Formats: sequence, structure tokens, C-alpha cells
Amino acid sequence: PVPCMPPGAGQDVGRSCILVSIAGKNVMLDCGMHMGYNDDRRFPDFSYITQNGRLTDFLDCVIISHFHLDHCGALPYFSEMVGYDGPIYMTHPTKAICPILLEDYRKITVDKKGEINFFTSQMIKDCMKKVVAVHLHQTVQVDEELEIKAYYAGHVLGAAMFQIKVGCESVVYTGDYNMTPDRHLGAAWIDKCRPDLLITESTYATTIRDSKRCRERDFLKKVHETVERGGKVLIPVFALGRAQELCILLETFWERMNLKAPIYFSTGLTEKANHYYKLFITWTNQKIRKTFVQRNMFEFKHIKAFDRAFADNPGPMVVFATPGMLHAGQSLQIFKKWAGNEKNMVIMPGYCVQGTVGHKILSGQRKLEMEGRQILEVKMQVEYMSFSAHADAKGIMQLIRQAEPRNVLLVHGEAKKMEFLKQKIEQEFHVSCFMPANGETTTIFTNPSIPVDISLGLLKRETALGLLPDVLKPQLMHGTLMMKDNSFRLLSPEQALKELGLAEHQLRFTCRVHIQDPRKEHETVLRVYNHLKGQDYSVQHLPDGSITVESILIQATAHSEDQGTKVLLVSWTYQDEELGSYLTSLLKKGLPPSSS
Amino acid sequence: FFQYCLSGHPTLPCNVLKFKSTTIMLDCGLDMTSTLNFLPLPLVQSPRLSKLPGWVLKDGSTFLDKELKECSGHVFVDSVPEFCLPETELLDLSTVDVILISNYHCMMALPYITEYTGFTGTVYATEPTVQIGRLLMEELVNSIERVPKAQSASMWKNKEVQRLLPAPLKDAVEVSMWRKCYTMPEVNAALSKIQLVGYSQKIELFGAVQVTPLSSGYALGSSNWIIQSHYEKVSYVSGSSLLTTHPQPMDQASLKNSDVLILTGLTQIPTANPDGMVGEFCSNLAMTVRNGGNVLVPCYPSGVIYDLLECLYQYIDSAGLSNVPFYFISPVANSSLEFSQIFAEWLCHNKQTKVYLPEPPFPHAELIQTNKLKHYPSIHGEFSNDFKQPCVVFTGHPSLRFGDVVHFMELWGKSSLNTVIFTEPDFSYLDALAPYQPLAMKCVYCPIDTRLNFIQVSKLLKEVQPLHVVCPEQYTQPPPTQSHRTDLMIDCQPPPMSYRRAEVLTLPYKRRYEKIEIMPELADSLVPLEIKPGISLATVSAVLHTKDNKHVLQLPPKPPQPTAGKKRKRVSDDVPECKPLKPLLSGSIPVDQFVQTLEKHGFSDVKVEDTAKGHIVLLQEAETLIQIEEDSTHIICDNDEPLRVKLRDLVLKFLQKF
Repeated sequence: PVPCMPPGAGQDVGRSCILVSIAGKNVMLDCGMHMGYNDDRRFPDFSYITQNGRLTDFLDCVIISHFHLDHCGALPYFSEMVGYDGPIYMTHPTKAICPILLEDYRKITVDKKGEINFFTSQMIKDCMKKVVAVHLHQTVQVDEELEIKAYYAGHVLGAAMFQIKVGCESVVYTGDYNMTPDRHLGAAWIDKCRPDLLITESTYATTIRDSKRCRERDFLKKVHETVERGGKVLIPVFALGRAQELCILLETFWERMNLKAPIYFSTGLTEKANHYYKLFITWTNQKIRKTFVQRNMFEFKHIKAFDRAFADNPGPMVVFATPGMLHAGQSLQIFKKWAGNEKNMVIMPGYCVQGTVGHKILSGQRKLEMEGRQILEVKMQVEYMSFSAHADAKGIMQLIRQAEPRNVLLVHGEAKKMEFLKQKIEQEFHVSCFMPANGETTTIFTNPSIPVDISLGLLKRETALGLLPDVLKPQLMHGTLMMKDNSFRLLSPEQALKELGLAEHQLRFTCRVHIQDPRKEHETVLRVYNHLKGQDYSVQHLPDGSITVESILIQATAHSEDQGTKVLLVSWTYQDEELGSYLTSLLKKGLPPSSS
Repeated sequence: FFQYCLSGHPTLPCNVLKFKSTTIMLDCGLDMTSTLNFLPLPLVQSPRLSKLPGWVLKDGSTFLDKELKECSGHVFVDSVPEFCLPETELLDLSTVDVILISNYHCMMALPYITEYTGFTGTVYATEPTVQIGRLLMEELVNSIERVPKAQSASMWKNKEVQRLLPAPLKDAVEVSMWRKCYTMPEVNAALSKIQLVGYSQKIELFGAVQVTPLSSGYALGSSNWIIQSHYEKVSYVSGSSLLTTHPQPMDQASLKNSDVLILTGLTQIPTANPDGMVGEFCSNLAMTVRNGGNVLVPCYPSGVIYDLLECLYQYIDSAGLSNVPFYFISPVANSSLEFSQIFAEWLCHNKQTKVYLPEPPFPHAELIQTNKLKHYPSIHGEFSNDFKQPCVVFTGHPSLRFGDVVHFMELWGKSSLNTVIFTEPDFSYLDALAPYQPLAMKCVYCPIDTRLNFIQVSKLLKEVQPLHVVCPEQYTQPPPTQSHRTDLMIDCQPPPMSYRRAEVLTLPYKRRYEKIEIMPELADSLVPLEIKPGISLATVSAVLHTKDNKHVLQLPPKPPQPTAGKKRKRVSDDVPECKPLKPLLSGSIPVDQFVQTLEKHGFSDVKVEDTAKGHIVLLQEAETLIQIEEDSTHIICDNDEPLRVKLRDLVLKFLQKF
């Protein structure tokens, strides 16, 4: 059985955190924060994991799927404040970028909002020391039984899906993934690994998105129109990920159309961020990888660093600003400045969680209450364009088809949409599909086959039989399973006896069958031979006057008192019980009249 | 288990392993030392080379003077250089299922194998190996193709003629097998057959064998390979290093418990310490430049050059070389420098940490940025405008037979101010220099070979303890030039099995088990019995299914229930014959208890007689006799089946079944 429980991300987007137990090993998948909350609810409730005892003793390892804060934002809190000293696994790019985003998050929370009792810079560093970086497709042996393997997920740079395996049982956790390659990343891929359980995100459980090309054209058209009429375009993004894709898109468009309006990228992180893309170019899509020596796609000509003062400049401009959900920081500041002008436009290129300004304006709110009870009236145009690299319903189904799981569990999505997808999955794939709420445990029952060692002698004997003309016919095989110190070995009975130092005990039967036959003994034997030889088994008449039928021995003697009666001695071992018993009853019926 | 040895070159191996039902080629190195027998290919017409006299036989015959030229007492073939391929006749190479590549130097013969032998399998290699391997091939093809040579000499290869030639041509092996360089389309076709793999990735081959690349510490993406089934493990060690240079450190632990360890690619210069050589390299370089001379470093476009540039980065300012231009000339120079910066995951820990900052892992990025290091695709074009002397030039090919290096040898060879510094260990520097003699230029030999030396090997073998070691014959005796150095050979117990080119070895191994899976339904039906403390047995009768080399045991199908009205319906073909087989028996029968049991079951006239080996139990009325001995029981009775069966079952009660 594989129990699986989400302390976060159950029927919800944000603070992804899932606990899986597989063959006695406990693995925590992701450790995210929730952008919509500023209180205790922003982190997963780790008391779900274990009430008493240290997390380090309970958890065998922690796996982080990618660097987005809703998947790793609670990590320093978890490891340094709650206390966890075991291994944390993530890919190299995630390991590189994650601490930077955590530090950014810490700064906004502590320095800007003035919160106390939050994790410190030192805690982020100490936490990262516990991280072990993994390669794609590398089989990492966490301990002797537990192994994990990363697959490409294509959601952001370094995003990975993870297979967790103990013996024959396995779970795949997708993290966030994207099944269609975009301008900078490739598509998620997994082999037919047939996990007992596939835990998949379901952000876009009900959406089937139109082709990417249309969305891109639409995006460019809107940006272009706004800039043409002298408006300003604000694109709230996270520093790494979608930002790079949209930058590549605008850069090539500006180049082609020979546009002059300035494009800015807001934080100091940008240049650094682009540097990560350059150094981890092996994680981007094939086209970028192939051409990077001639032209590095992440060296932008038209996109310049943003300065706070530029926001008040007259004339059109395009600004990428962080963070992506307008919940804090520079993007929110610029938004406040530009919101009053209907010539301007804000384009939300990704998902916004509840409680954020981004979510509010997307749900149609045009009067926002800001800090200090100020009311902000939004006159600028608000556009939503899904560029977040999540798999849509079609993509999720495609991944299930690739991996062929026995069970599916949905996380990282909204309950209503999940319900719809769950039905679809159960219908199409005939597998069970679950969608637990936070803290609710789902247990998957696995039925693993048991690997044992079979002695080559026994296997060869059986496969040799299998090579007879009847090759397609499955063969019955007989062996002795020896269980000793947790090792299982299948041996031939003879080997098993020998290994245990036991002698075989031979059980033999000899039956006397009386036959009326006045002839000489050797003639009786001949009659018996003729009678039996027509049958299916091998019958031999030996020179010493006896007959063998397979391994059964038949001898004839004269009756001591009655010359007209002969006694047939039929002798066999216990292993030939069926045939021996059959022959005696056959002979008891007497011999057919002799033809001679 | 067989090993077909297709190459005799210990650091450019090519072996084929028959392992279980798979045929696996381990590396396909290309022996380029054959090119030393050829004249250099000059980029610019060289009057000196074109004026070399033709070679004349002792008897004065001149029929070879077009093909062979003489230079300072050595004879060279005047033709497009040719390479010595791995053996192709020893086995049918179209039967090779997979090729495992360990590092970019060991894949240079790949196009010959994949494009000319009917090969239809898959090649496995890491991403850096493929990318850099491609660069090496590209450079090789480029440097040969851009100097078209009209002449293609073949007469000298005739066995009768070759006999008459001076050494080393006379002794060159397999000259009929020497081939011209492949072309770019062939390179591309060959590389398209490669599947990328990562370290510690387990790759299943036909369900029978699993192969896994491990970091070998020698070059970017270089790997050793584990080839294993459930019960056998062969480790293939090729080009490994324990020194801390730029690549990820060698994974030694995973080599433990090998049945066979194939050991190739040890250092070619066991007596030189790489660190000392780097020091000498730097000081010779500085001295030459300070005296106004130029330095030529013949090298490959990837590998040690990264380490040399890193040393120079730290060294040039302190040595007062800041104003000396460093040139790196190769058609793939730019690509090589760029690629080196994007393989962070394959680098040593220190370099990985730099990427997290994010900074380029190699300092040559800064050398380029500050204009101290400049790179050019060739001596033509931009380079000729920028060229300033004195300078330091890194360029290929280390054999000095083709590539831009030929031009610099001709240009700088006449002045004793200049120095050529040999760092690559693949070619004897004296042989490489032979067609340039007489030479005024200084020659410094600083071979840098970071691969394992014999001390490291013996430590490694002690650590990982393979049952058997297989290695090229060169490693089982001291080097020919230092026959007293018995420390320069592999020393292990049992002694290594050695191989030479074109040999077939039978690898020793003993296999007793195979993996089989018991399906859960069958497992549930088993009834284990504890026979001895801690040991339980269960008899298993099950159906064996074998598919893709995987064995599965399933519950036998239930015998078809005879349905009313249809008598003796023919049993369908896919149901196996389920004759329950009788188990073996073990144990012994205590006579007293047996007699008691008989009496309990209504036999009143039981009589026991002692015999030499045991007892005879007589049932007088039934005229039945039961001989009981330590390891056997014999029931002799009249043809009374119910009686026999009853006695049988009573006997069985005292025995264990297997």
C-alpha cells in the first residue's frame, strides 16, 4: 500500500507539499508557500506529517520539483525552523536559482512588510547546504532501497518530474509540467515506467488551450496596438521562466517590425536571470541549444534594465516587472501608477492565486482597496493571456498515456475542475483517480510481484522443455522456494535437499498382480509387453526378462503353488505414483487373449 | 562471455563483449599514430616540403619516388594521411547491438563502424562526449579536406614492396586496413545514432542487461560503464583520472563487486607528474616569450587546453605576460570555448558552485573578454590582420601532420628563439617532429596525461576488488624502454588476463541464478513450512512465462470444470498439462511410532523384524511387508489398492515433502 497525503496543494494551488509513503519509506514532495496568505496558512501544515518525533527521523528525503516559490518557498522554514536535516533533492538549475528567489521573497516579507519571526538569509544558506543536485535520468540511490530519478518537465528552467521507487513499487510526481515545447523550453517527457501512482498537477484541468501560435500573435497584437497609441504596457512576471519566453517573443518582434518603443525589465535579477539561462542552456529547447554558439537567445538587444524613474517617463513603453501576481513589489508599484489611464494596459501572462491583486482584477474588480483604505480605480485595460507553462487537460491525458500509471492522484488545482478531470481519466484509462484535500490521506493498494532468485539449473531445465515443438504452450514448472534471511530462492527439489544437507527418502511400492497364464514366464512377459506397448509411454523389454514402462519395473515369476498362475511384480517409486497405480489396475483386468 | 579485442592501442580501445544474449561494443578508438608515417599537409604551399627528394631503393630502383619522400634520413608517404581502423574481420559488426562510448577521444572511429559495417544498433554516450566528439571530428575532417591532395599513394602498401621499406614503414601493421578520413555527412549520420545518457542512468538492453555510465573524472562527460545482469557485473574502466582538474570526480564506489573489470586507458606517460609538467609548461612558455620568441602548443581543441588556459589565467600577470597575445586557432575553437561553459553539471564541485553565482565556470571567459585570449577558425582571414609576435598559439593537430599547426612549424621552425611545447601525450614528439628536421626551434616535451598511473591502479583495484581483471597486454609488462621498471605494470591477484589486437578472450564467470518474478496471486497460494530454524520452504508448481528475457511465474489455470452434457471436452491448447508432480521426500520413519500408528488404524497383527539396515514390518493377514531403512521405505503388497493407498498415506505422515 502507498499512502499519500498532501499537507498543502490538495484541491488548491499554492504551497505544494505532498507526503508519500512507499514500502515504508517516507518522501516529501515539494515544500511551497501560498501567495494568497500572509499568516500561518502561507506554509504547509507540517504537523500533519508527524506530531511527535523529529521530521528528520520520519522523512527519508525531500524532493523539490522546481524553483517556483509555491513549490519551494517554505523550504528554509521547514528545514531550519521546524527542523529537518535529511537530504533535499533538486536539479542543478533549481539548486542555483531557488536560493535567489527565496532571498527575494524574504526581503519583501521582512524588509518591506516588516514581519519578524521569518527565516533569515543565513537559514536559506544553511538550508541549501542540505541540497543534493541531481542530473536528468540519473538514478539516485537515497538509501539501499529507495531510489529516485528525474525527468524533464519543461515548466521552467530545471523543472523536473520525479520517479520514486522502492523495489517493484513506484510513484511519479510531476510537479508542474508542460507538454508542448515553447520558445525557450522543451516538452515534458517520461518513459512508460508504469508507476503504481502518478501524482499530477491539474492547474488547467478543464482547459484545452488553443494553439500557442494564436496566443502569441494575440499577445503581440495587443502590445503593439497599445504602444502605437502611446500607451504603456505592464507585464507582471516572475523573474525567471515565462519572462524569458516573452522577452524572446518581443525581442524578435521588435527586430522584425523595427519598433523603437523601449522595453524594460524591472529588477536587478534580470541580467543574472538571463545568465542562468545561458549557463544552463542544455536545459532549454533543442533549437536554442543548437544555435547558442552562433547566437545566444538570452542576450537581448532591445530589452534594457528598468529604473524606477522610467515609470513616469512620457510616451509608450513595455515593462516586465516582478512579481507576477501583482501582490507586492515593483509590479504593484507600477500598476498603481498606471492603473488610472485607460490608454495603458496590463497583461497577466500567468495564473494568479486568490487574494492577490492580480486575481482581483482578473475576476473583474475595478475598484481596489489598497493599504491605508485608499481606493484605486482601475481604468487601464486588463488582459489575461495564459502563458503559464502548465499542461492543459489534453497534456495531462497525454502524460498519463505515456507513463501508464495504475492509479492517478490530482493535486495543485481547484476542486471543481479536478472533479471533471477525474471522471475523464477514469473513463478513458480505467484507472482509479483520487483528489484528496489537504491533510486527507489516500491509500493506494499495490500488488507487487515478488522477485526471487531461480537457480539456473532449474530454469534451464524448464526453458529447455519450453523449446520442444510445443513452444507456445506455457510449461508447468515445479520447484522449491527456499526462504532464508529475507532471501528468496527457487531451487529444484534435489538442490533444496542438498543445500539443507538432507538425504532423500525413497518410498517404493511393489505390488503383486496375479494372472492366469499357464505358459512359461518369458511368454507371459511377452504378452504383457505386447499389451502395454501400444500406449503413450516408453515401454522396454530388457534382456533380463523384465519390462520397464517409463521408470516402472515389471517382472514375472511363477506362483509357488499354482503353475497356472503367474505373479507380476510391479514396482515403482512414489514420484511415479500415478502411472504405477494405473498399470496395476490395468494389469489386474487381465491380458487380452494372445494372438499367437 | 566473450571479449573480441579489435584494437591493440591501450588508450584507444575497441572491444566487443558478448554478454548474455547481447553484443556490446565498448568504445571505438581510432589509432592516428599511423599518420606519423605521412608527410605533413601544409596549408600554404611549402617549398621545403615540395623539394624533398623521392626515396630510392638500395638497388637504385626509383619506382616509389613519387609515393615516398625522404627527410633527414626518414621516409614518409606523400599522400593524404590515413588512419588505422579497429579490426573489422574478427566478427560480423552488423551484429553489434549497442556501442558504449566512454569519452570523446574514444569515439573517433565511430563513422567507420556505423556507416560501413551494416550496424543498425544504438550508440550511448553522454551529452558533453557527443558535443565535443563532434567538434574533434569536425576539426579533423576540416583540416584534411581543406588541403586537397591530388595524390593517393597505394603502391607502398603492397606486401612485397612494404618488406623492402625502411623502419618504421616496414613494420607498420595492417596497412591494407588503413583508411582515409571520413566526411562530414558520415560524421553526422554516425552521431545521429547516438542516444544521450546521464551519469548513473540505468539503461535496459533487451530486458537482459543493464548498462550504466559512471563519471570517470578524465574529461568533460567521460564515463566508465557498468554492464550487468542480476547476477553478473562487468566494469569497463576507460580513461579515468583521480586528479582534480575540471571534470566531475571519478565514481569509484560503483565499481565494487565486479566479476570482471576491463581496464584500459591508463596514462601513457607513467613517469611524468602532470602537475610538474604544467609548471614546466608555464616556465618554458614565459622564458621563450620574454626572449622575444613565439610559443607553439600543438593541442586538441578540448580537454587539457581548458586546464592550461586556467593556469595561464593565474600565471600571466605574475609572470609579466599581460601584453602577450594568446591565440587559439581551430575551426571549432569558438564552439569548444562556448561549450565548455554550459556543461556545469558535468564539472567538478568548485566549477559547479561558480555557475550557481552565476558566473562562467572556466576563467577563459574572462581571458576572452579582456582580449588576452583570441580565437580564430583558421590562420586565414581575420587572424592574419590581428597576428602580432611574439605570441602564444594553441592549435592542432598534435600529430603535426595536418591542421594549422603545420603552418606555424614551417614559419617558426628556423628560429631558435621559438619554442614548440608538446603537451598532448598521444604522439611521440620525436616522431611528430621528424619531417620538420633539421629544426632550429626549441622543443620542450611536457606531456600532460591525467589518466590513472600504476600506483593509482593498484590502489583502485584493492579498493573495488574485482574477481578478475582484463587489460591490454602492454599493461602486464614494463614499458619496452624501461624494462627494469617492474612497478610500471599492473600487479594484482589473480594476475590480469591480457589481450592483444584481434584476439578473442573467454571471460571467466560463474553464474548460478537468474531473476524470476512470482505473481502476487501465486505468492498468496504458497504454504511455507519452517524446516530448520530460520529456513522455510514452499513447494511451487506454477506456469513459467518468458518474454523479453524476463521470467514470470503464474498460478496454473484451474482445470476446466466438466460441464454437464459435454463429456471429455478437449482441453484447449493454451492450458498446460497440469499433472501434479509428486514431491521428493525426506526424513526417516521411527519404527515404534509407525507400528503404533498402524495399530491405531486397525492393523492388529503387526510384527517387526530387525534387519541389518533397519526393520521389516509384517502385516501377516494381508501378506504385506514394509521394509523400513534410514533413507528408504518399500511397501510390498498384493494388488489391493485401498490397502496400499492407506499404507502410503501413513508413511507420508512421517516424511517431509520437497
